[in-house]
Amino acid sequence: MNMNVKQPLVTVKNLVKHFPVKLGAFGSENAVVHAIDDVSFDIYKGETLGLVGESGCGKSTTGFTILQLYRSTSGSVEFEGVNLAALPKKELQAMRKRAQIVFQDPYSTLNPRMTIGEALAEPMKVHKICPDKDIPARTAQLIRDVGLNPNVSNRYPHEFSGGQRQRICIARALASDPEFIVCDEPISALDVSIQAQIINLLMDIQEKYGLTYLFIAHDLAVVRHISDRIAVMYLGKIMEIADKAELFRRPVHPYTKALLSAVPEADPDIERGRQRIILKGDVSNAIDPPKGCRFHPRCAYATERCSQSVPELEDVGGGHMVACSRISEIEAQEA
Amino acid sequence: MTRLLEVNNLHTRFKVRNGYLYAVNGVSFTLDKGEMLGVVGESGCGKSVSMMSLIKLLPPAAQITDGEVLLDGIDLSNASTGEINAIRGSKVGMIFQDPMTSLNPFMKIGAQLVEGIIYHKRLKRSEAMKQAAKYLDLVGISNSEHRLNEYPHQLSGGMRQRVMIAMALLSEPELVIADEPTTALDVTIQAQIVELVKELREKLNMSIIWITHDLSLLAGMVDRIMVMYGGSVVEEAPIDEIYKSPRHPYTIGLLKSIPSIHTEAGSRLPSIAGAPPNLFVEPTSCPFAARCGYCTERCRKEIPSLKPVTGEGANPHHRIACWVDVTQREAAE
Repeated sequence: MNMNVKQPLVTVKNLVKHFPVKLGAFGSENAVVHAIDDVSFDIYKGETLGLVGESGCGKSTTGFTILQLYRSTSGSVEFEGVNLAALPKKELQAMRKRAQIVFQDPYSTLNPRMTIGEALAEPMKVHKICPDKDIPARTAQLIRDVGLNPNVSNRYPHEFSGGQRQRICIARALASDPEFIVCDEPISALDVSIQAQIINLLMDIQEKYGLTYLFIAHDLAVVRHISDRIAVMYLGKIMEIADKAELFRRPVHPYTKALLSAVPEADPDIERGRQRIILKGDVSNAIDPPKGCRFHPRCAYATERCSQSVPELEDVGGGHMVACSRISEIEAQEA
Repeated sequence: MTRLLEVNNLHTRFKVRNGYLYAVNGVSFTLDKGEMLGVVGESGCGKSVSMMSLIKLLPPAAQITDGEVLLDGIDLSNASTGEINAIRGSKVGMIFQDPMTSLNPFMKIGAQLVEGIIYHKRLKRSEAMKQAAKYLDLVGISNSEHRLNEYPHQLSGGMRQRVMIAMALLSEPELVIADEPTTALDVTIQAQIVELVKELREKLNMSIIWITHDLSLLAGMVDRIMVMYGGSVVEEAPIDEIYKSPRHPYTIGLLKSIPSIHTEAGSRLPSIAGAPPNLFVEPTSCPFAARCGYCTERCRKEIPSLKPVTGEGANPHHRIACWVDVTQREAAE
């Protein structure tokens, strides 16, 4: 990292995304899924921000809403000063070439009737990245960049394995020459021995093209490896956000602590010696989220206050932000 | 310890349009009473199919072409459908991967739980229900009497997996086969289930086969690990051996490619080049040969069998299927 002064590329402010749903046997009741509620953070130029949390916590929705693939309910997403949430559709389209996405499942996100070459050429044509005559050369270059042989461009997605397809999806994201890529669980659908290949590839092209990533995953070991900073989400809220090393050395939020302690390590000695924090119960329902702190029904430290007031993210030193109203008591108790 | 299960040279293939898919190619292993064995490998390596072959719980296209399975001295390989039915769910319990789809959404939890023991133990329904409530308590579901009258959709994912575990344990099986029981669950719920299984195992002294693709998960849980690749067992060893001195190139590569606290963050992960093998041709070589950095002429021509490792301090229970002993070779170089 060669940044002394960090400049935010993406600034998310008080972002909210609610999905209206119909409940009841005949869809007679209207309800709202609180997918993300009042989320704010920055993503700095050239960094990888890891976003972790369990399924249904709103991490993918956050990624989609940043790109305005879901229009936000309220709040703003500033991309180099331009508020994407307020842009009309046409202008948003023009911004799309600068911010791209790699999806989780490389099987369902490539059109089976388009050859690889066509899939890669489409964003170039739509965004007029280069003159039409240069498209084949650029396609070949992209395919080489992701570690495949350029002669695959006439072949169809079904001819490729999962790992190769994910490489193609990465090439497609790169085709419009973006600055920012949302990686939405890009390796969860892949075999273990292939995952490492894709992580390496993402790191290589980040270096080569100077990309900024929002890396969404539920696998903490992977996020730790690839990220510079990590944000932990729980039920639509950011609970803690910190430098990677800091987060693993000194997790503060009780949820982060439990999450880190639940991750198994491939070492029998560590496993035998470790004290797991086993959380009680399950994640609450996002249709009717708990009042106050979203985590309080499962938290060992919860008090009356936690069930009433929503804790704000507070800096506990060096940009380490935690949303917990009992930080000082918890730290005192452990010291 | 006494032996519970012995499997010799198991072969299973699937009939497909233009031939066969060779899913399991000569798997042999044993399991003692009270022992917990981890079976690890990538998708399609044959780990689930080989374990399901033990009790012939396979789709119609599957054919078990060879092999011997002895459970407590009973030969399952030649057992009739009736005999196998008597064993499934009584001597052998199953926990499946996805608790969302393996429970019947139209049946109350209680009715699903007791179906097996009513069939196997000829219990009265009321007695069976009492038993079921007891097991729900055991797996940590509170208010069990009330839960028996609920439907699966009223429970969360973690709760449903607890119900599946209770169902597997109800008939007090000697062997439980757990097929990726935590893969569909979140890490914090996975930690709950792992703790539960460890507790239950001590209480009930069962043998468990835990199938997973996650090597890290097994480190704190099992006694022994069997690594599978391309339908064969490539390495088998007691738990400390396998993590500290893996000997098969595939296991070594797999362990290195997992990011952990020890890997330098931000560095490149050592990865295994290439992709998993094509199983549509009958294997004639080491399944890992095409991706192996140590591959020799012999590896491409002959299938290695599982043999104890050699060399100084070699653990007699540590076996690998490899023509090249990597550690020996590295020591020589």
